[in-house]
Amino acid sequence: MQTTCACDVAVVGGGPAGLAAALGAKEGGAARVVLFDREKEAGGILWQCIHAGFGLHHFKEELTGPEYAQRFLDQARAAGVEIMTETFVLGIDADRRVRTLSPAHGMQVWECKAVVLAMGARERTRPAIHTPGTRPAGVMTAGLAQKLVNIMGFLPGRRAVILGSGDIGLIMARRLTLEGVEVEGVYEIMPHPGGLNRNIVQCLHDYDIPLHLSTTVSWVHGRDRVEGVTVTPVDSRLQPVPGAKGRFISCDTLLLAVGLIPENELSLQTGLALDPATGGPVVSSTMETTVPGIYACGNVLHIHDLVDYVTEEAMVAGWYAAGAVDGRRPDTIRLVRGPGIASCVPHTLSNRVEREQVIYLRVRQPMENCRLHFGEVFERRLRYAFPAETVRVTIKPEVLAEFPDGDLTVYLSE
Amino acid sequence: MAVIGGGVVGCAILRELSRYRLRLVLLEKEAEVGFGTSKSNSGIIHAGHHGAAGTLKGRLEWEGNQMWDQLAAELGFGFRRCGELTVALRPEDLPVLQQLKEQGEARGVPGLAFWDKETIRREEPNLHPAIEVALYAPTSGVVNPYEACFTLAQNAAMNGAELLLEHEVVSITKVEDRDVDGNGDTGNGPLFVIRARRQGGEGEAERVRVREVVARYVVNAAGTAVAQVAAMAGAALPPIIWRKGEEYLLDKRLVGIVKRTIFPCPTPTSKGILVIPTCDGTIMVGPTAHETRHSDDRATTFDGFSEVFAFVQKLVPAISPRDCIAQFAGLRTVAEGEDFIIETAPIGRFVQVAGIQSPGLTAAPAIARMVASLLEDEGLRLTEKDDFRPTLPPPVRFGQLSPEEQAALAAAHPEYRCIVCRCENVTEGEIVAAIKAGARTLDGLKFRTRAGMGRCQGGFCTTRCMELLSRELGIPMTAITKRGGGSWIVTGRPVPVGDQGAEGEMSSANHMRM
Ligand SMILES: Cc1cc2nc3c(=O)[nH]c(=O)nc-3n(C[C@H](O)[C@H](O)[C@H](O)COP(=O)(O)OP(=O)(O)OC[C@H]3O[C@@H](n4cnc5c(N)ncnc54)[C@H](O)[C@@H]3O)c2cc1C
Repeated sequence: MQTTCACDVAVVGGGPAGLAAALGAKEGGAARVVLFDREKEAGGILWQCIHAGFGLHHFKEELTGPEYAQRFLDQARAAGVEIMTETFVLGIDADRRVRTLSPAHGMQVWECKAVVLAMGARERTRPAIHTPGTRPAGVMTAGLAQKLVNIMGFLPGRRAVILGSGDIGLIMARRLTLEGVEVEGVYEIMPHPGGLNRNIVQCLHDYDIPLHLSTTVSWVHGRDRVEGVTVTPVDSRLQPVPGAKGRFISCDTLLLAVGLIPENELSLQTGLALDPATGGPVVSSTMETTVPGIYACGNVLHIHDLVDYVTEEAMVAGWYAAGAVDGRRPDTIRLVRGPGIASCVPHTLSNRVEREQVIYLRVRQPMENCRLHFGEVFERRLRYAFPAETVRVTIKPEVLAEFPDGDLTVYLSE
Repeated sequence: MAVIGGGVVGCAILRELSRYRLRLVLLEKEAEVGFGTSKSNSGIIHAGHHGAAGTLKGRLEWEGNQMWDQLAAELGFGFRRCGELTVALRPEDLPVLQQLKEQGEARGVPGLAFWDKETIRREEPNLHPAIEVALYAPTSGVVNPYEACFTLAQNAAMNGAELLLEHEVVSITKVEDRDVDGNGDTGNGPLFVIRARRQGGEGEAERVRVREVVARYVVNAAGTAVAQVAAMAGAALPPIIWRKGEEYLLDKRLVGIVKRTIFPCPTPTSKGILVIPTCDGTIMVGPTAHETRHSDDRATTFDGFSEVFAFVQKLVPAISPRDCIAQFAGLRTVAEGEDFIIETAPIGRFVQVAGIQSPGLTAAPAIARMVASLLEDEGLRLTEKDDFRPTLPPPVRFGQLSPEEQAALAAAHPEYRCIVCRCENVTEGEIVAAIKAGARTLDGLKFRTRAGMGRCQGGFCTTRCMELLSRELGIPMTAITKRGGGSWIVTGRPVPVGDQGAEGEMSSANHMRM
């Protein structure tokens, strides 16, 4: 009743990470590379990101999301990647068997030499942030609103408040304004913005949309449909300031841009280890998870701010998944998060390679003119560091060779 | 014969009466049945020993309890007897447990037993280590309350009952007999003329229509609005108050942390804050119990959240506020004296079911039988139908099948090859079946199929469910609601000037109220 198939590299998820991983696997010499995506077309979230700002690093030009996706789709097809769309992955096990369901083929089981996880992330929702009040229609994540507007051609409402200053929220503030929806303001519980500075400028400042920091939505009003929200300032513990009177804002829509969560429910079926700091798998310098032959890249691994970094990381994952180079090679250095560091990917490094290594870090607090240390061996000056922006560090092989085996602490100092 | 209110009580009454040769109609103001208190509760089928001796509540709890196995088997909704533990947190609780045990045994509830420390540790290792004594009640169970409402109503409809949804009763007038049937027969005593306001419907969110229903017998099962409906008919009720309960659903990670429902010792107004292994397996904690002045107050609060999680730590310390994935609140309707009121009003032929607080869900099937016999006493002739069909075909739950079963189903039926809800693995086939069974709204789909109930809370499936509702019901996307009334999801782009009346969905969006 179910058919069994085989391939060299199976890529789960066809967003920018999956497409680049599939390409990377082809470049790495894998013969049969199959990519599964549950949508009608691969490309992932990029199709609904119709704004520009993609590809500045990778293509050295500014593309829209769909343009960026199309380039990778074309390249992947040209390279011979088999793209299976409308294919839902139901299960993955530690022996790299992938169970899929699709209208065209029903249930199939794929036996794979390597699997690359590229399922992306999902948005945090209202219950996750416990906003009190009623539960009317009109409270939705910014990403869902983006799909409704950009893909389906509808509006989520007429007057919106946006909670959270994550990038999707900022982009949607601009998009809705252009579509004739009144955006009353963006409210952020933290004392600093959650999205990229360029989005604060281009999406809020340019459209006179106010950003209120250290403020949250403390009540949702309305029975059937949102009728308004109450916003309240918060203290340093992120709790409503005692005695502070909230302000009622009349609106019919509350968009949430309160963060992304790596989508690892499938990954966990394989028994791999997750890093609580990123919400994604623990990976080696080759993007291999703790389960041999299973790799991860993109937002399923850690939340990215730029698609170009996703592409870069995914190419590496795919290339190693193809097993072209030295296959599985144990790393000898374990990166340990020290002061100021919120997360760090990958989790281990090797000091015996002939290529440079890229490390992606997030800092805890905004800092200026600081120094980033890798143990006592290597340091880098940073003019700025923001929690919302990935710090990307490349380390040359000759530097890596000096790193001692064992734990290496990464930390920030003034 | 008209039933006002399609909560679990009204639905159980409707289904019970659909066994007989009657012209039956249900009037419900919401878009689907069960959208009042009956979908917002703990879903517990209480063991039978909670209600005090001599109360209606106590008697019907135990009678109702014993009817759920057969109902679940006939209608296919989720139900399992998981048992419950009432734990002693303080020495003063011990006599209370003893009393619970005695009142249960007096009523005939089997299997009540005290558990000692060792038994508790072995059976429920995640309970707080300070808990040393508990009363075990094996007859307790959990049910999917909304599924129970949907299937009771669906089965009643299958047996000839008419469901008038989005029909809010606004007036009831008792008149002398008119020749309703048109056969010249006016010798059957007075009639009730019920006027219902109809809201919503396809492309008419703004329009309000009034419909008249004529009935010889009426049941008022309007839940929180029972006193309002009683007043319409001139039937009095003792004072009614509302007690709000907030409930919090926890992440799947905690599935299995308790096997049975965990109760603290009850207080006079509440059974306390519980840890509930719901019928779907997810753990739920709550409810709070606080009086509210608004019959429509379904807000969850910061205080309620803090109260629930602070208390639950005393029962199961491993549960933390961070585990919360969803929340809701429901209103208990409480009559003065704290007991159920199930009686015929002095105006005659008008049966009132009021003050149905907890354990109203448990008692609902027994309440239905009691109401049927009250109606019989009023002169309603209950003649059984020869062709009553008590069962519904069991629904497919793709996500709960084994891989082999999934493969077989997908091979045989293409509609089970397309996943609509990624968190709960709900297929297109299940969504379409739910719409055929009566789902009209996103919440209706969610509570029938679980689409949108998982971690992403509909982020992925909302647009897909909307498209399927639109396709199957032949309505525009802008007419789709979360739960009826004014709970629209999307509106059209503004129509450019000079382009008014353009064809298609965009212009039909103009009716959406803004
Ligand atoms: C938090 C909480 C937890 C609970 N837990 C449990 C439990 O674990 N076990 C248990 O046994 N019980 C429990 N209960 C109690 C149980 O939920 C209720 O007793 C039961 O749901 C009441 O059902 P009902 O049909 O009377 O009311 P409802 O479900 O409220 O139904 C009344 C219906 O009437 C409709 N209506 C109102 N006015 C009109 C009108 N004018 N015209 C037409 N229709 C109208 C409403 O829309 C509604 O659908 C709990 C209650 C709460 C609040």
